[in-house]
Amino acid sequence: MKIDRRCFLSLGIGAAAGTALSPLPWKLMDDASIWTQNWPWTPVPPDGEISYTDSTCTLCSGGCGITVRKIDDRVVKIEGRENHPVNNGGICVLGLSGTQLLYGPTRVKSPMKKINGTFQKITWNQALSEITEKLLTLRAEGRSHTVAAIAGSSRGTVSALLQRFLTAYGSPNFYCQSSIEDSFSLSHIQPQNNKTIPGFDLENADYVLSFGTGIIDGWGSPVRMIQASNAWKTKNLKLIQVEPRLSDTAARSDEWLPSKPGTEAILALGIAHVILQESLYDQAAIDYHSEGFVTWRTAVLGHYHPDKVAEITGIDAKTIFTVGREFGQAEKPVAICGRGKGNTPVSVAEMSAIHALNVLVGNVNKKGGVFTLPEPNYISWPEISFDTKAETSLQTKQIAEGGLLHRLPSAINEAEDSVTLLFVADANPCYTLTDTKEVIRAFKKIPFKVSFSSYMDETAKLSDLILPNHSYLERYEDVPVTSGLRNPVIGLTKPIVNPLFQTKHTGDVIISIARAMKGSIESSFPWKNYYQCLKNGLGQHWNPLLNNGVVEITYIPEFEEIPRFAFQIPNDKPQVLLEGNENKMDLTLIPSDSMRLSSGYIGAPPFMMKTIPDTILKDNNTLVQIHPKTAEKLELKQGCYAILKTPRDEKKVKIHLSQGIGEDIISFPRGLGHTAYDSYLAGKGINFNELIGPVEDPFSGLDVAWGIRASLIKA
Amino acid sequence: MVQLTNSHKGNGNSGWTILFFIVGFTASLFAGWIVFPKLLYSKKQQPIDFNHELHMTHVDNGCESCHFFREDGTYSGVPKLVQCIDCHQEVQGDTGHEALFVEKYVSKGKEVPWLIYSRQPDCVFFSHAAHVKLAKMDCETCHGHIGQSTSLKPYEYNIITGYSRDIWGKNPENYLGLKTNTYDRMKMNDCAACHLEETGRKSSVSTEKDGCFVCHK
Repeated sequence: MKIDRRCFLSLGIGAAAGTALSPLPWKLMDDASIWTQNWPWTPVPPDGEISYTDSTCTLCSGGCGITVRKIDDRVVKIEGRENHPVNNGGICVLGLSGTQLLYGPTRVKSPMKKINGTFQKITWNQALSEITEKLLTLRAEGRSHTVAAIAGSSRGTVSALLQRFLTAYGSPNFYCQSSIEDSFSLSHIQPQNNKTIPGFDLENADYVLSFGTGIIDGWGSPVRMIQASNAWKTKNLKLIQVEPRLSDTAARSDEWLPSKPGTEAILALGIAHVILQESLYDQAAIDYHSEGFVTWRTAVLGHYHPDKVAEITGIDAKTIFTVGREFGQAEKPVAICGRGKGNTPVSVAEMSAIHALNVLVGNVNKKGGVFTLPEPNYISWPEISFDTKAETSLQTKQIAEGGLLHRLPSAINEAEDSVTLLFVADANPCYTLTDTKEVIRAFKKIPFKVSFSSYMDETAKLSDLILPNHSYLERYEDVPVTSGLRNPVIGLTKPIVNPLFQTKHTGDVIISIARAMKGSIESSFPWKNYYQCLKNGLGQHWNPLLNNGVVEITYIPEFEEIPRFAFQIPNDKPQVLLEGNENKMDLTLIPSDSMRLSSGYIGAPPFMMKTIPDTILKDNNTLVQIHPKTAEKLELKQGCYAILKTPRDEKKVKIHLSQGIGEDIISFPRGLGHTAYDSYLAGKGINFNELIGPVEDPFSGLDVAWGIRASLIKA
Repeated sequence: MVQLTNSHKGNGNSGWTILFFIVGFTASLFAGWIVFPKLLYSKKQQPIDFNHELHMTHVDNGCESCHFFREDGTYSGVPKLVQCIDCHQEVQGDTGHEALFVEKYVSKGKEVPWLIYSRQPDCVFFSHAAHVKLAKMDCETCHGHIGQSTSLKPYEYNIITGYSRDIWGKNPENYLGLKTNTYDRMKMNDCAACHLEETGRKSSVSTEKDGCFVCHK
């Protein structure tokens, strides 16, 4: 008897058999598979109570109602609010991505001060006392007028508070971005100097003539426009899109008129010619809006025959006649303008030529037409009190003549110490203003810049002090919306979650600075905090706004109240000329807007960036769209690199060939090329605004540049 | 002779062989059934102790008084601090755990990080409303008589998966998928077995749908 190899073999077999009959292998196998589901990088959303809260989106000027879905205290989804007068349950990709702006890495988490070129966290007390001291010193030195402010919009209580602060402080230098509504207002004879805004009753129109308007590309209130255009399909409404590029709107229209860029006003006058010649106009309307009509009529009939217009616009005379007749004979036709998203104004000549069509057919202030509405002035605050310092200082000339924001950078660059302190709220001028290089140069010249941005955008990055605002999901604020809506509405944002970081409401910050300034400035701000200021200022609107989240300002003007339209006598060249030498740069560069890219002061969140096709952005390169024939002429091929040169800058781009663009035109996507925000957005593509500069409308001074001369050379 | 000797040797060794087999077999059975489960699971104490029995005497609606259904039909699960605060803003009784609860959580407004014995993986979709409201099942059927307990048992969890031991079961027969009580185990097969027994098929009763995605979302 001896223990040998066989015994150990037997031991092993026994052990194997025993193990197989024990839970060990089976349980281990099961656990191993479960373990693979629990790797720490697998996101597991925490469970909790589901709740829905209504609020208003502020990410563009559309003012959609939103319903925010939360699990316990965490926002998980933003949906469109049902039965909201603006968007009735719909939401766009930017609104949907708002959660990423709330929780994303781009938030500024506390007040920050730039020390030796890098931002350092400071306390609110330190930040506010620094600002107050600076403001007091400047005032004592009699330099109140060198304090300026840029706001994203001229409406709403926060913008109004900032303007009020500047006025009480003694500075006339408050600026905000011009919009298409300024052009509309200027083409009317103003009743009591009140601003007139347009309201398009597109839901009830039966013929829409769009001059480059990005109806489904983000114009006006984007979700409302998409919903309206969806309804047109079932109503057999005819949409005519005049645009040099086959945009999404053009692709969806019943007829696309690929006019030469910038000739929209001339085409409108050609159409007006047909209406006048064939007496398709509404005599009653003309009798009312009679200012300048006779001379205008003579000029249009004399100089804008469709044959002549066809030569300039590239749209054949037969089509102009057909469109003119259809428009003149339609029951509720509407002519609409504002290129792409409509964020840049058009010249008064162009606005007048296009809106004249609405006036001619008598579809102004009628169902299915264009409404001329008064500005919704709904904020009532006590009068501002001024001391002598403020009164004297307010007499100083504005740094940028006419209060036009696009004139500010060059004014700063040309004069020394014109602005010593700048506030920027709800705006990102270092990205959105054209000729960005000059803007940044001017910005750097200002000794002290204060940004109220919630996000680390281009302007915040270049600022000396950031006083971060709560995100729109963390604060109360009124959201006035006009954006071409039939009736303006006021929405309300509500705090959906408690502030995640050490941020402060900009309204509260302005009030605390004003109160710390003492004297007449303090007495101009008699509120404890922003909430009280909002509540008191909104008066009768406050309770309905708080309860329903939105108030619609219905306005049905008496006939006599309708602001009269002024027929402007068209000169020889009603189109805005482009910057650049035609002989040296024979191509025309135009921007293209898309719902998938945010081109305003809010950068596109990561989710949005994922929706961009590789015909717009590939390998972090911007693709420009050109016609194959243009490419052939320039010896360019699909996907190759080229140097795009404009009088303002030059950039390396990639080429994308498309039949959907006219010859000798370059279409450039707007909304790329951020240098700030986060790694999801920064360094991707080129900012269109760097390539273009302001071109002023001789009538209004507004920046109406719709493109620029350019050249493309193979790289 | 040679053959005989060999045969004799073989017979002599087979005793050892069998003995070694038995030793190997029993040792591995012992390791697999006794040692392995002990090694596989680790224990944690709940952050504070809780007396279910005592609380049951103070509430009107049984388990649902604290473990309620929300208005939209979703199940609230383990109570949040906000429910406890109604009574425990101040210390009510004389237990050390209650004092600790008030001091550590109530006064700081901090949620108690309860360890949940019945927590299923995130991919498992389970509707309490369908089972309790529609099928009129008792809480005890799955969760046992926890409502009668005077203190919370230690939370045993699998060191590989992190899940509670209550899912796999504690008793030896549970290892084979067998159980004495309905609440002994909470694995997928237990769901399927109960559905088969009660409804005649493994599918969801309300949707009448079968397949993985009925429960695994």
